[in-house]
Amino acid sequence: MTSAAPPGPVATERIRNFSIISHVDHGKSTLSDRILELTGAVDPRLMREQFLDSMDLERERGITIKAQNVRVRYRDYVLHLIDTPGHVDFGYEVSRSLAACEGAVLLVDASQGIQAQTLANCYQAMEHNLEIVAVLNKIDLPAADPERCAAEIEQVLGIPREEVLRISAKTGEGVEALLDAVVARIPPPVGDPEAALRALIFDSAYDQYRGVVSSVRVVDGTIRAGERLLFMQAGGVYEAEELGVRTPEARPVEALGPGEVGYLIAGIKDVGSARSGETVTSAQRPATEALPGYRDPKPMVFCGLYPMDGDRLPELRDALDRLKLNDASFTYEPESSHALGFGFRCGFLGLLHMEIVRERLEREFDLSLVATAPSVAYRVWLTDGTALDIDNPTDLPDQSRIERIEEPMLAATILTPAEHTGTVMELCQRRRGELQKMEYLSPERVELAYRIPLAEVVVDFFDQLKSRTKGYASLDYEPAGYEAANLVRVEILINHVPVDAFSTIVHRSQAEAYGRRMAERLRQMIPRQLFDVPIQAAIGGRIIARETVKAKRKDVLAKCYGGDVTRKRKLLERQKEGKKRMKSIGRVEVPQEAFISALRMDEG
Amino acid sequence: MSEWPLPVDPEALGVYVHVPFCRRRCDYCAFATYVDRDHLMADYVGALRRELAAALDAGRLQPARAVYVGGGTPSRLAAEELASVLAAIPRQPGAEVSVECNPEDVTPARLAVYRQAGVTRVSLGAQAVAPHVLASLGRHHRFEEVVAAAEALREAGLASWNLDLIFGAAAETDRDWVRALEAALELEPPHVSAYALTVEPGTPLAADPTRHPDDDVQARRYRVADAILSAAGYRWEEISNWAMPGHHCLYNNITWWGGDYLGFGAAAHSHRGRARWWNVRRPERYIALVGAGAPVVAGSETLTEAQRAFETLSLSLRTPRGVPAAALPPSEELAGLVEWADGRAVLTVAGRLLASDVSLRVQIPGSGAPVR
Repeated sequence: MTSAAPPGPVATERIRNFSIISHVDHGKSTLSDRILELTGAVDPRLMREQFLDSMDLERERGITIKAQNVRVRYRDYVLHLIDTPGHVDFGYEVSRSLAACEGAVLLVDASQGIQAQTLANCYQAMEHNLEIVAVLNKIDLPAADPERCAAEIEQVLGIPREEVLRISAKTGEGVEALLDAVVARIPPPVGDPEAALRALIFDSAYDQYRGVVSSVRVVDGTIRAGERLLFMQAGGVYEAEELGVRTPEARPVEALGPGEVGYLIAGIKDVGSARSGETVTSAQRPATEALPGYRDPKPMVFCGLYPMDGDRLPELRDALDRLKLNDASFTYEPESSHALGFGFRCGFLGLLHMEIVRERLEREFDLSLVATAPSVAYRVWLTDGTALDIDNPTDLPDQSRIERIEEPMLAATILTPAEHTGTVMELCQRRRGELQKMEYLSPERVELAYRIPLAEVVVDFFDQLKSRTKGYASLDYEPAGYEAANLVRVEILINHVPVDAFSTIVHRSQAEAYGRRMAERLRQMIPRQLFDVPIQAAIGGRIIARETVKAKRKDVLAKCYGGDVTRKRKLLERQKEGKKRMKSIGRVEVPQEAFISALRMDEG
Repeated sequence: MSEWPLPVDPEALGVYVHVPFCRRRCDYCAFATYVDRDHLMADYVGALRRELAAALDAGRLQPARAVYVGGGTPSRLAAEELASVLAAIPRQPGAEVSVECNPEDVTPARLAVYRQAGVTRVSLGAQAVAPHVLASLGRHHRFEEVVAAAEALREAGLASWNLDLIFGAAAETDRDWVRALEAALELEPPHVSAYALTVEPGTPLAADPTRHPDDDVQARRYRVADAILSAAGYRWEEISNWAMPGHHCLYNNITWWGGDYLGFGAAAHSHRGRARWWNVRRPERYIALVGAGAPVVAGSETLTEAQRAFETLSLSLRTPRGVPAAALPPSEELAGLVEWADGRAVLTVAGRLLASDVSLRVQIPGSGAPVR
């Protein structure tokens, strides 16, 4: 029997719900593919790699952005494989996915060992009381060192090394044994079929034809097609237009009982109304208490996004509106910059999230965008005792009104090969990190815990970490409150006029370096004018760096006879046109490209 | 002595004749000129005479107030051939007739024929004085030849003549430039053109960035030239031209006040009112088209009134006449670049060096308002 969609709810003893916790490239997608094949869920002729990663971007980057779930039959059991997002920015979504499971498969590359983020997710799974099935993958590779990795898992997680399974997702070796272990070791879900309905939404995606399609896990009671549902946190009431399971293709069902995982379509138009963590109950007989753990994830990283071509602002707005339908976690509001024109101030869960959103905007909506330097949200305490959250340096009040500025902190965990410990510590120290803990996981690997300002991490910290450790270090972090610091706003002035796009808030110790770098860069980019143009970096009224664009001394055609007259006229006509597109900073005319190049250099 | 600046005569017609032959190509030159087509000279001269005659017959060519034969190197043509072309151009009494010459071609015999043909003015391409500067410009004459040519010009009793100089060659120092000006002035040319070396696309100079002149250096040399020439009694006539009183070039002034001129020969440009047109560039094609009685125009354009006004203003701005003050009102950013007097706005020396920038700030007056 291959049908995975029985007519009614499945008995809980026959259900196993689990996720795969794994680092990028450790083989999660390959293992998922093998499980689909092994259980006959996907016709081998239709099989393609990374079957569950539906976005092009996901397949290209080898990462999972949206959580997916699939129901397969294995022996007499119904297995729900719940795929989790694979990046630290989506930590909250990971936690919701884990909340839908009773167990987790910890998948570790047998040549690389456990990575920081995997470890963090695994700790999180243990906090949710999930049963962990540890697996070493890629044992077919010559570089595999399963003994060492199993020892490490034992040391770090307390899982006896003998219990650690060994597989090759690529060849399929050991995958059946893994599924047997899943059935044997992971407990079945527990739920009260008679209680009021409570179902957890652990992912929502927007489909242009169906509206929002949510992944749900029923905890108590039964959810039925056609029923009126109350979304307890958002407060909306919707009718369950369609219920179903993914096998992996969507198959409608009449009802889902306790422990079952499936999808729900309820005529909702944006994912913000059906966020991860939402509790769905019956509108007729609502539960008294929502499921625990709901959070509204706050953006951590901000930047301005501007269309390269100002005329395309409406298209950018439209693209953001549409993207927002599918991604409740990013925010945007209109802002204008004198240097860059009109655009949007956008907030993201983290740097990768920012990159993904930007890339999707450029790719799926064919836009060229300029991004201002990423910033974080500072908490500014004013002398009158009130506090402001400022994510745009331009909004910072006058220095005289500021009591102190606090910055968001992270608790960061770094796992690194022991030989690179020194250089990693040096990097963290330079980024104002404070060492909290250092522990040897094995003679070869060290875990470092730092308290470090988010602002120091958003600017190329991860790249630096990777390059200093030949790519072997891994990073995980979570927000860790706010802390006062000696922060200042550096303004860049062109001919004594501040240019908003270059204002930034930095630690006092880094202000001069930033100021000098920007002043020098703008000096190279700004065309010579009819007069000397000072470019200054300033803190408050104090100048900390200065460059000068020397006045232009000569711009004239030497010869002007016959055909030269026409050439000259055309040249001047072109220059006049160009002048219209110039941005005026006071008396100084700057082509917008100059600002764009100066900002882009910071990205590279 | 004429009034200064030269009064505008909108009726004056100029005629330009292009001679696209050179002995060697200078490596900064982007003009339509050829070093390997001397065998075409006779046919070319014939074609010129035919194009002129056709224009005359069609009533398109009125008597000229000024004629200018440029190139290329007009003195590559045999003096009699050149004379035959000039004979085909109707001229007003007392018309100015200028011919560009390479120094080595200027001999008493040639000048005698030129005078006979009505030539009143010769422009001598000296370009530089010091041998290493001449070499770095890719010029192959020696300054001694310029001295001899100047002597011949004075002997021939021409009404006027010009000496062309170029500054900003890679090998030239400030000192070389001062000496060049001094040596040139010893020859007492009634008119001096001093051009900033310009990198034209497609030239050997363009391909060698190490020899590209620096704007600040050129600005300095320009100021030196203006100071030395002014002290010697020359008056600024246009950005790159200075004349002793009465020795302005009328033909060029027609160009700069936005007057009408008709061009003949390969690549020659014509302006008449708002119409602009230009001939085919290659001499073979020009000869063939004329031979077939076909039009030789390669392209044309009719300016809008606003375009024409802008062109006229930006040309006039390059001269001591300047523009009406209403077209360039005083402003903070033009301080030091423009002087305002008697209802006119005129460039200062610093302003001349930034004439393109200042031009961009010229406001086109409403219709009916004067642009000259």
